[in-house]
Amino acid sequence: MEQSLVNNEIDTSLLEIAQLDSLEYSGSMLRQLEYLRRDKLSRPLIIVSMGTEAIVAGAEESLATISKYTDERNFDAEIIHTSCIGISNAEPIVCIQLPGRTRLYFSNITEERVVSLLDDVIHKNIPADLCLGQLRNENQEGYKDIPFLDEIGFLKDQKRIILKNIGITDPRSIEDYIARGGYRSFIKTIKNFTSEEICEIVESSGLRGRSGSGYLTGKKWKIAGHTPSDQKYLICNAEESDPGAFMDRAIMEGDPHLLIEGMAIAAYGIAATKGIIYIRTEYHQSIKMLENAILRAQEIGLLGYNILGSGFNFDISIKKGPGAFVCGEETALINSLEGKRGMPQSKPPFPATSGFHRKPTIINNVETLSNVPVIIGKGPKWYNTIGVEGNKGTKIFAISGSIKNPGLIEVPFGVTMKSMLFDIAGGSANGKAFKGIHLGGPSGSVIPPELLDTALTFESLKSIGAGLGSGGIIAMDEDVCILDIVKYFMDFMQKQSCGKCIPCREGTRRMSEILESISRKPIDETGHTTLERFKGVMQLESLAGVMKDTSLCGLGQSAPNPVLSTLKYFREEYEEHIFDRKCRSNRCTELRTYYIDIELCTGCSACVKKCPTEAIFGTPRHPYFVVEDKCTGCGLCYESCKFSAIYYK
Amino acid sequence: MFRNQFIPKRMEKMDELLKKFPDLSRDSLIPILQATQDEFGYLSEESLKKIASTLKLPASKIYGLSTFYNQFRFVRPGKFHIRVCHGTACHMNEAGQILKEIEKVLGIHDGETSRDGLFSLEVLSCIGACGQAPVISINGKYYDRLTKVKLKAVLQSCKNLEDV
Repeated sequence: MEQSLVNNEIDTSLLEIAQLDSLEYSGSMLRQLEYLRRDKLSRPLIIVSMGTEAIVAGAEESLATISKYTDERNFDAEIIHTSCIGISNAEPIVCIQLPGRTRLYFSNITEERVVSLLDDVIHKNIPADLCLGQLRNENQEGYKDIPFLDEIGFLKDQKRIILKNIGITDPRSIEDYIARGGYRSFIKTIKNFTSEEICEIVESSGLRGRSGSGYLTGKKWKIAGHTPSDQKYLICNAEESDPGAFMDRAIMEGDPHLLIEGMAIAAYGIAATKGIIYIRTEYHQSIKMLENAILRAQEIGLLGYNILGSGFNFDISIKKGPGAFVCGEETALINSLEGKRGMPQSKPPFPATSGFHRKPTIINNVETLSNVPVIIGKGPKWYNTIGVEGNKGTKIFAISGSIKNPGLIEVPFGVTMKSMLFDIAGGSANGKAFKGIHLGGPSGSVIPPELLDTALTFESLKSIGAGLGSGGIIAMDEDVCILDIVKYFMDFMQKQSCGKCIPCREGTRRMSEILESISRKPIDETGHTTLERFKGVMQLESLAGVMKDTSLCGLGQSAPNPVLSTLKYFREEYEEHIFDRKCRSNRCTELRTYYIDIELCTGCSACVKKCPTEAIFGTPRHPYFVVEDKCTGCGLCYESCKFSAIYYK
Repeated sequence: MFRNQFIPKRMEKMDELLKKFPDLSRDSLIPILQATQDEFGYLSEESLKKIASTLKLPASKIYGLSTFYNQFRFVRPGKFHIRVCHGTACHMNEAGQILKEIEKVLGIHDGETSRDGLFSLEVLSCIGACGQAPVISINGKYYDRLTKVKLKAVLQSCKNLEDV
């Protein structure tokens, strides 16, 4: 009872704080803010990163060990959670903040490292090799010889506007968010602006949808705003099912209130009263954070009926998407919400005029909506200064693959891919040369190293036949076979095609088959198979063209992109596979030829029994050998050899 | 006969579950299916029929819908539910080989359960932990940066757990 009373008191003053201008704060308010932001501490604070990536890397175990440590030694410290800061290979990250000192970030703190780390830090002995950096804060005493977080290579050249709270605040705490200026934009919106003005501000800021098409968000809102209806909907598309993209997840896990605030402002702009977050079921952590955040916002009175006496009603519900890549498409998403198969429909009518239950519906993705509070808070003019002409603001990229520093990168539009890959992400992981980068999920394109000077904008990428997509970047080094990766994407697209229109359903299947046939050895060289093989290769390009022109939705239209871009830039690798039957990076297992090392072979004849084509000859207890022409590269002998005498080229 | 003994009990549970959804329109269909799967681990024929009769929709339609989406399973999951991430980053880090190895060792494919009811397999498009690739999860516990050797140890430890 007492506890809830205290909470209520804090809640009221929090709302007051959010409504006031920062110059009008009283002394007690400033003290409370300092406390909530954890600027001033009375006891040590231990912060454990508990995002999905950290949990995968073992953060739960680390957290348990930390709790055990503090309990056993009666070490009086507060333990809170945060989310991943976006440096993937540093997880699990543990931060320690001692009273009066800056916050220190330590990387790779797995279970077994916890005790020694805590011992060291308590005895004022900072292990420099584990220390990532210290968080800049004017009110606290810094450590000498330890770089600030905004000075380390990965974060130095980033401009974190949307991700500013990621890895710093506790995503479960609305107090933390408000203490850092949260919900101020929303309160400003409902007090000072009309719906029309909000759409105008967002349009003049130049914010474009971050999901791929790049349509002006404010313009889209206006269409829905101008359509008369008794009920309008705002849907947040959090169905981030592109493999290799995880920026939306980072926002939802690390700063769920930012998304909720963005949704509330957007809903006010189009006069919607119901908001739906359509999220992937696999994102357990995000769902947990969002559910908690919505509940807290409702408790305080920032969501619900007649918000802050303004007469504006808005509530958000979470709908878990049952898993279909095609549901990222607007009309398919609406079908899925209505309890039907997630199949796209032909447009028009666009969802902005007739969407969910035939009512005007605006669908924006997580990143787009998270930009909105920033625009309202700092004004469209300020937002206009970031980025380049026609592409305003920042874009978050999720970079992974053969790269030294995989993780989340937020940069202004117009930065070149080269500076992002080398200056921020640190170049290739093992010093090997880049073969190319893959941009924009399975329907994106592969960009060769020569074109890495291209600026990251919607238009310049389009001019080289690529697209921004959702912003997932996979770096590929020499070890990657282009055909193998294209085959993987085609296989993915074929499985995800909804099957409604023929070009996509049959086209992806056929493409998959053609790619399959050129990345394996021909079993017999005579007649029909060879002819079919060459016919297929010749048709690959025209097939891609047909799919692009005639598919119903974006999935089918963009499905041939990986094939087209690689045919353009990596043609010689296709030719090698087709004519020489060689895979230069040895990834196409079915093109391999196996050999036996006569030094190591004991003549046990285990491989002979396994070989399906009788390609291995010899006598027992003497080294065997493989007849190259007969070997189909199945690899069964390789797996059966106990002496590692079999190798492949 | 053995199987039928459990049906009434399951149906009771289904009734309770359906009570949680006051709005029995088509909009609730997917949430109901998800709740059913959360409760039983899979969608059985009886539950699908039950949902169909409650929502007054043809069972064939509901079956068609649930096979469309990746999330739904129609076989009882094993004691150890293995989920393999097959995103791009995992694929580049030999997730395909890991998957093949699991299929070989356990003799099951995506969406199947082994005969002894111990293991079931599910392939996911991406769980978003690309920096730690390749990743699998067994009953919610993650194993990152897997190699074939590590995988063998993990599977063996599951089997050992069962023997105890």
